[in-house]
Amino acid sequence: MVLIQETQAHGQAPGDAGETATERLERVSAAAYRIRHHALNMGEVQGQGYVGQALGAADMFAAVYADQLRLEPADPEWEGRDRFLLSTGHYAIGHYAALAEAGIVPVEELETYGSDDSRLPMSGMSTYTPGMEISGGSLGHGLTIAVGMALGLRYKGSTARVYNFLSDGELDEGSTWEAAMGAHHHQLGDLTAMVDINALQADGKTDSVLRTEPVTEKWESFGWYTQRVDGNDMSALLAAFDNAAAQAAAVGRPSVILCDTKVGRGVPLLEDREKAHFMRIEEHEWQLCREQLTAGYKRKAAR
Amino acid sequence: MSTSTAPKLKTSAMIASFADPGQKTASAPFGHALVKAAQEDDRIVGLTADLGKYTDMHIFAQAFPERFFQMGMAEQLLFGAAAGFAETGLVPFASTYSVFAARRAYDFLCLDSAEPNLNVNIVGGLPGLTTGYGPSHQATEDMAIFRGMPNLTIVDPCDSIDIEQAVPQLAASEGPTYLRLLRGNVPTVLDEYDYTFELGKAKVLRGGADVVFVSSGLMTMRALQAAKALAGHNVDVAVVHTPTIKPFDAETVLAELNTDRLAVTLENHSVIGGLFETVASAVVTAGLGKKVVPVALPDEFLDAGALPTLHERYGLTVQRIVAKVLAELG
Repeated sequence: MVLIQETQAHGQAPGDAGETATERLERVSAAAYRIRHHALNMGEVQGQGYVGQALGAADMFAAVYADQLRLEPADPEWEGRDRFLLSTGHYAIGHYAALAEAGIVPVEELETYGSDDSRLPMSGMSTYTPGMEISGGSLGHGLTIAVGMALGLRYKGSTARVYNFLSDGELDEGSTWEAAMGAHHHQLGDLTAMVDINALQADGKTDSVLRTEPVTEKWESFGWYTQRVDGNDMSALLAAFDNAAAQAAAVGRPSVILCDTKVGRGVPLLEDREKAHFMRIEEHEWQLCREQLTAGYKRKAAR
Repeated sequence: MSTSTAPKLKTSAMIASFADPGQKTASAPFGHALVKAAQEDDRIVGLTADLGKYTDMHIFAQAFPERFFQMGMAEQLLFGAAAGFAETGLVPFASTYSVFAARRAYDFLCLDSAEPNLNVNIVGGLPGLTTGYGPSHQATEDMAIFRGMPNLTIVDPCDSIDIEQAVPQLAASEGPTYLRLLRGNVPTVLDEYDYTFELGKAKVLRGGADVVFVSSGLMTMRALQAAKALAGHNVDVAVVHTPTIKPFDAETVLAELNTDRLAVTLENHSVIGGLFETVASAVVTAGLGKKVVPVALPDEFLDAGALPTLHERYGLTVQRIVAKVLAELG
């Protein structure tokens, strides 16, 4: 990764213009594998945590951090950067892994996750961590901030794009829909929302807590350029991000990528476990999880 | 007219004026001050939630249409987006009514602006008892709600002078601020005194040997009027104006309170959690065994009606203040 960053042009997205589609897919898939691996290591330090969510969303994190975002890893505050706003503070474990993958947070630092005096608290906050644009955690905030950020950047003449990562649970919050209306009203064509639909909330399955479907039709009716993909299919994800990028404009329709994901993805032991917001993993299971992750990744890479 | 009962006053407009008949006023001082500040500071932008015309933001919108952003009747979006603007280095002034800012959008102000200490300026119309529309519009507990928010500066201006001078200082100060807006034809009072607004500072407007008033907001106007009326009763009253409620200038206020004079606080706010309790906590913390008499709104949901009727009913008028002071002096 360090090599790739050093050869990156100023503020370019990590993607190498000369690579083939297959090479690109392999590169981003490898990043997703490492993000999952980092997340398991962080979860082991804590003995528990939001590992299931991090594994489920790792492909989304990899697609943006290893392929889409224009960043300066050495200067996380670089004015021309694309903004990535994490609404779901508890997904920070996955976000930190992605920040490490992007070279913004040292990999060695990940083991401090959730410890006293760490820059990597359990719930993500902009005031603690380089590269964290906002303090998430109170759900339904991210998209409202993203609207103001996109308006502000457009007013200043910036071409930076704004991405907001939110969860399907956040679709319960009225503020998310205030922001969805606002983004369409103001024609924020450089704004992209990415919704992790893992169909799980704190109290149970989303359709038993508060039914959000039909999600696609909702976003379409709010005037957004809407795509729905398997959020654990990297080819589909990259195609969706390419489509969103192709129609991005200073003035235009905002875009949303609805990503159906699976909690615990990549680790069969956890994929099959009863789904819980806060997944319990026994001490002896962490190594097993890593072995299953690596075996699965190698099997896929060999195909 | 042969009728012996006076006709009942009407509630009239949502935003009733509290200016006395014939009083000198300035029109839309906030809107004009924001335009002036924006001419000198190109980071300033204006936002509102479908209340531009009712918060004097329309003056800014007309002067700088490209720097004005209508967010719709969506207060969570208004203040989330204001934080987003501030994240890009701009300085937003976001207006709505105080009730909606304090009650409805608190979480968005607290976490999106105050926690990262962003320069977001909240402009709240109808603070305290400045409308006869009842509890849906009367922000009688806005300062009580906001005082617990770390990093937030709270300003309760007296008149058009305070507002004109406060706006550029709010823009220049680093963190988030809350301005209790007075809008429309706002009385001009403080030009008669040797006074300038300084963010974070209390000012002694007049000295007096018998009583010391500590007041903020429009109640400083009433305090000054009551002081003049009390002179007719041979009572000499000092007035200390504390437009910045947080951070509070305890040093200036305590120096005035640490005397044998009767101490009275006056505020257009509930007796719970506003100026009175701010002063009381400063007094207790300093170990002064000093009685403080509050003139404030009761801890109740207030009636609807005409503003003069309600100010009289709840003790904010000059006559009620004078009577209270004379009763305290025995």
